Amino acid sequence: MTSLDVNVALQQPQVRRGSRIGGLLRDPIAQVITRRILFAIPLLFVVSALSFVLMRLIPGDPARQILGPSGSPEAYAALREQLGLDLPLYQQYWDWLQNAVQGNLGTSIFRGESVVDILNQRLPVTFSLLFLSLLVTLIVGVTLGVLSAVRGGATGRGIDVLSQLGFILPSFWVAAVLVSIFAVQLRLLPAVGYVPIDDSVADWLRSLVLPVAAIALASVAAVARQTREAMLDVLGSEHIRMARANGIPPHRILLRYALKPAGTRVMTMLGLEAVSLLGGTVFIESVFAMPGLGSIAVSATYQQDVPLVVGVTVYFTILVVIVNLIVDLMYTWLDPRVRTA
Amino acid sequence: MSAITTATEAIESPNALRRLFRRPLALACIGYLLLVILVAILAPVIWPGVDHEQAGDLIRARQGSTPDHWFGTDALGRDVLQRLLVGTRVTMVGVVEGMVVVLALGVPLGVIAGYFGGLPDRILTWISDLTFSIPGLIVILVVLSIFKASLLAAMITFGLLVSPHLIRLVRSATLPVSRELYIEAARVSGLSRFYILRHHVLPRIAGPIIVQASFLAAAILLVQSGLAYLNLIIEAPAPSWGGMIAEGLENISSQPWLIWPPGIAIGLTMLAFLLLSDQIRDVGVETWQGPRRRIRRKDITQVQAAALRVEGGRSDSGDDGSPAEVALLSMEGVRVSVSSPGGELTIIEGVTLDVRVGETVGLVGESGSGKTMTAMAILGLLTGGAQITSGEIRFAGRNLVGLSEQQLRRIRGSEIGLISQEPMVGFNPVFRIGTQLEDTLRLHQGMTRRQARVAAIDLLRRVRLPDPAAVARRYPHELSGGMAQRVAIARALSGNPTLLIADEPTTALDVTVQAEILELLRELAHDERMAILLVSHDWGVIADVCDRAVVMYAGQVVERAGIIPIFREPMHPYTAALLSSNPHHAIPGDVLPTIPGTVPKPGAWPVGCHFQARCRLSTTECGEAKIPMLQPTDERETRCLHFRVLAQESELVEVTRS
Repeated sequence: MTSLDVNVALQQPQVRRGSRIGGLLRDPIAQVITRRILFAIPLLFVVSALSFVLMRLIPGDPARQILGPSGSPEAYAALREQLGLDLPLYQQYWDWLQNAVQGNLGTSIFRGESVVDILNQRLPVTFSLLFLSLLVTLIVGVTLGVLSAVRGGATGRGIDVLSQLGFILPSFWVAAVLVSIFAVQLRLLPAVGYVPIDDSVADWLRSLVLPVAAIALASVAAVARQTREAMLDVLGSEHIRMARANGIPPHRILLRYALKPAGTRVMTMLGLEAVSLLGGTVFIESVFAMPGLGSIAVSATYQQDVPLVVGVTVYFTILVVIVNLIVDLMYTWLDPRVRTA
Repeated sequence: MSAITTATEAIESPNALRRLFRRPLALACIGYLLLVILVAILAPVIWPGVDHEQAGDLIRARQGSTPDHWFGTDALGRDVLQRLLVGTRVTMVGVVEGMVVVLALGVPLGVIAGYFGGLPDRILTWISDLTFSIPGLIVILVVLSIFKASLLAAMITFGLLVSPHLIRLVRSATLPVSRELYIEAARVSGLSRFYILRHHVLPRIAGPIIVQASFLAAAILLVQSGLAYLNLIIEAPAPSWGGMIAEGLENISSQPWLIWPPGIAIGLTMLAFLLLSDQIRDVGVETWQGPRRRIRRKDITQVQAAALRVEGGRSDSGDDGSPAEVALLSMEGVRVSVSSPGGELTIIEGVTLDVRVGETVGLVGESGSGKTMTAMAILGLLTGGAQITSGEIRFAGRNLVGLSEQQLRRIRGSEIGLISQEPMVGFNPVFRIGTQLEDTLRLHQGMTRRQARVAAIDLLRRVRLPDPAAVARRYPHELSGGMAQRVAIARALSGNPTLLIADEPTTALDVTVQAEILELLRELAHDERMAILLVSHDWGVIADVCDRAVVMYAGQVVERAGIIPIFREPMHPYTAALLSSNPHHAIPGDVLPTIPGTVPKPGAWPVGCHFQARCRLSTTECGEAKIPMLQPTDERETRCLHFRVLAQESELVEVTRS
């Protein structure tokens, strides 16, 4: 999905404007937060309503699944009533929504445990993966982008090839190749599994090296490319010429005068990459057998454990909202024009 | 979005397809994709058993490449190549299903949003924004948890989630087309909306749609193989590319080879879609620009790199430092060239000029005369691959030509300041004015941060800005043009330069603000004994502040004189023509005289006088040989053979006027 994001980045307006309600607040930071939260409410509503409608309208009634084909009609009717399945759909959604707002996303059909409990237990895994991948994407992507903007030649071509590869190679395949080389042949790193950070920080890191490398290749490529384009644009601009005319040294021009204005575009890209990285955890957690949100989403899908899948959807959507909020705040910090717009 | 407007043209002309087919890379992509489609259709027919084959020849399981099994066999003894080829169908079916949904939704909805605007547009934009924030893969999982192992359901869902990308693109491609005159005309003539959309709008936007579609096909392929990898959409034992990677991963220690055939198949197909998308776009761009030589990114990169790299130890030629020189800046026969496909192209030809200490010299000429290029050559800030190829630029006793980038940098800003035509864009948009001034102050004066903060406000006060402390806290976009130019002057003063290069400093400003800025420059020149090289096309500005003027035409200096003599008695026909076409001196009621023709481009300069084609005095003599700089009097120079004729004429005018 990474390749798609390039297009979105192009379509993103350069300067985001404050919403009318946000405009009431003077503080730009408060405005950004308000705007994001106001956007998050309909988003969560739409996502949950869609999932809910899907899950209740279609064959595969939860009561039937819990009981299995052997359940008696009486038990089936009783369970239906207990689960509220005999109520009209809007009533069912309203009940679900009320529960959801109170932090109750229902019970897993297959596991019989609270969805929220299951997911909270697994959140640190996915969060570690996402956080480290974003960190790597930011640091490696920006460094490569700046390097390729300044140096043509071999470095530039190398980065070109890397970003092409990042676009065309599926992350789970890259993961398979990495496992084959670093875990099976060289035996340097573990092939599967996840070590919680509380157990051992070093082992936690070791268990994340290959997953992060596999999942971040595409986003590093995308961010490197975007950084390069943005840097070349900025380096060609009048204010850089004037900075040079004022005798500002080259490294300072690159790292201060060019990188900060280019940063807004890089941040937009990073926000989009975060969304696809989150999607990528579904594959990568499966490859490396990591007990995170992505891998449970896959097994819940096999097991047709709809409440659990919907729960993961809600968690992922909230993560996306948080990431977008952080990106917006960075954006506001980087570009003063957004603040006064 | 220029790619959109340009790709539009591609599909309109019947030649577009032919041009696409002339590109080997595009042909290769199309050929490969056709082959994949052919395999998708034929392979399951040729090997009908593969889809249900639980196990093959178990005795020959886990083999490498053999004559019987080119790609070897898997853990269950099944032929890898057969599975790869048969698995092509389900992969391609997924892509087609997804694409049908994307196109069926994206094109009509995008056209509606772009053509009708208003409420439908706003609703669709909102929905797009919303879908971009939904992690698509998870939604597919929700759907798959209900429709177990349904490729169709998964691909329809993904198509739905991806279609906003196409909606947005189609919308922004339709928008300009629907505003065009012929569409208006069609509407007025009573054609139905549907007819207009179908026959006039759609053909115009087909180009960008195809570019985007190829791109989205790649995205769909990636998701299809991902879901197949997770074993969510295809029932075993039927093969698929993604599923084969999963099988390979299971046997990664015994058969590491197994992940490669499906991985390469996916990678190549992705590559074909993406390259094809690029190629179609390029054909569109080509149609727009014509077969012009495109500047490759690498070239730009290298120019930038060369400009930014700190070059060490180039020999510092001619630093004999004679302090007795009268001139602060003295350019001697400076030639600037740029390398072009046809060899070195001279763009500045032997410019010679002086600026003395505290003096203001105007550098005048039409656009294209090379005056800005000359000014930038002094600072060593030539762009676009231009270089000084001969001549000397002596400044304060040193030859600036041949100095290293590092040595030049110590002169820039501290000894020679620059202010430019567009002060607003000359400031970094993301730093406060004060911060930017502090940066240069600390650099040139070695101040601490605290000292620089005070000094920055002093500087702003020196350029007569009211409430300098408030200005220092502002960002560039919060300044007016006049204020920005004052701040730019303040920054130029931060290194206490002895020479200020002012490149069209008032051109972008209102007339009243212009006068204020010129007044400020005049005062600074006087109070600080700062020399100014003022580049302008405006004689009014030149007359206002300059002591002397240097006139440039097509890369050459054509006349040099004091400001009063040059106005009273121009000795080059170009100067005379420029002066008489100056609106400030026009006689009300008369037609404003203009100079017919245009400035010849570098490379198209005639042998003799560069101005001969536009000159009313030109004779055969003018075209025979290079015209030298002639010196009619001590203080005057002209590059015209007929300056006497001109002088007589202006005397005549003087006589008739008095």
